[in-house]
Amino acid sequence: MTEKLKLATASLCGCFGCHMSLLDIDERILELVQLVEFDRSPFTDIKKIGHCDIGIIEGGVANAENVEVLREFRAHCKVLIAFGACAINGGIPAMRNQFELKECLEESYVDGIGVYNRMIPDDPEIPMLLNKVHPIHEVVQIDHFLPGCPPSGDAIWTFLTGLIEGRPVSLPYGQIRYD
Amino acid sequence: MSGEKTFILDGKPIAFEDGDTIMDAALRAGEYIPHLCHNPEFTPHGSCRICMVEVDGRQVSACTFPAAEGSGVVNDSDQLTAQRRSLLQMLFVEGNHICPGCEKSGACQLQAVAYYTGMLALDFTHFFPRRSVDASHPDAVIDFNRCILCELCVRASREVDKKNLFSISGRGINSHLVIDSPTGKLGDSAFAATDKAMHVCPVGAILPRHTAYNTPVGKRLYDRQPVNMVGDVAGYEETDER
Repeated sequence: MTEKLKLATASLCGCFGCHMSLLDIDERILELVQLVEFDRSPFTDIKKIGHCDIGIIEGGVANAENVEVLREFRAHCKVLIAFGACAINGGIPAMRNQFELKECLEESYVDGIGVYNRMIPDDPEIPMLLNKVHPIHEVVQIDHFLPGCPPSGDAIWTFLTGLIEGRPVSLPYGQIRYD
Repeated sequence: MSGEKTFILDGKPIAFEDGDTIMDAALRAGEYIPHLCHNPEFTPHGSCRICMVEVDGRQVSACTFPAAEGSGVVNDSDQLTAQRRSLLQMLFVEGNHICPGCEKSGACQLQAVAYYTGMLALDFTHFFPRRSVDASHPDAVIDFNRCILCELCVRASREVDKKNLFSISGRGINSHLVIDSPTGKLGDSAFAATDKAMHVCPVGAILPRHTAYNTPVGKRLYDRQPVNMVGDVAGYEETDER
């Protein structure tokens, strides 16, 4: 067998549900690790991305750190995938686009019910929030999209095996879902 | 059957009667032409453009174009599917369609037609427009974020309920649904839970209250079978099943 493909994953402004769903491929993960080697990913805890064949991005772009990670992934991955609803259209976090960022922060940290020590956090270590949450294809070029909140384990398996084997992917009805 | 008039839809002869549109005849024959703003109970509107077909090489909307003896109609082609997908993508980015947060998900015709065309992503820049929610009525909520301006509620209220409660106001990108009441709120209008207009919305814009999750996600109209097999959501909305 030729060398394994390198796979990196990251969660930007997501809930890690898509990563959990990747684990929902259950015992097929043993087959997957025969085909790919995980590089930077919450599964490996590797912090710095190397040169990869496939990059999987969960979540939309909501802050400056998300932009940095996304650009780093684009620079290091031959193929980049928007994985799940938030990466594709901003998802639930994009519901804040209905409001000014200031209003959101004030509601959370100043005016909200039961808030103590009312102040908007401004520690320099906290990444700056963007005014709006954006789908990742608005920031970098994306090669493939897999919708779902999250995409089901079966949809992920159909998609990844097709991609790894280099054949066109066709998802059966029920595996394309936006919710 | 002699003397019956027919046209050819994707190679199949389809019988029609005088006055039929292509959509009327196709629906009667059980042939699916993707559509959003069409409901056979109301006057055709021809606005969503999802039902565009090619009649002898020219694109027309199937819901408004009269069927004609011997004409050749193309409905199922890669080009038309790609065009329909682009139109659907534009509908998605123009509003705020956050499916995971919508109680109509799974029984939404916009979603179902998008699944049917194989739409995986949105190629356009999102508008993220700022729109409101009208929760002033005891039996229904209107979420303007999801309105696709199909005018089904407009026609239902005008033609069946005889109340003329809804209309589209504004032009171009500023077009929006308006309600006939002194305050512009649904709660101050003559809208009632028994109105036809309550049950024809193809998306999650007009939502009946109190019944949201009676049918769990996973058992909804389009969860198991595609729209070309189970049909429009409007008929399903009026059954007890919902």
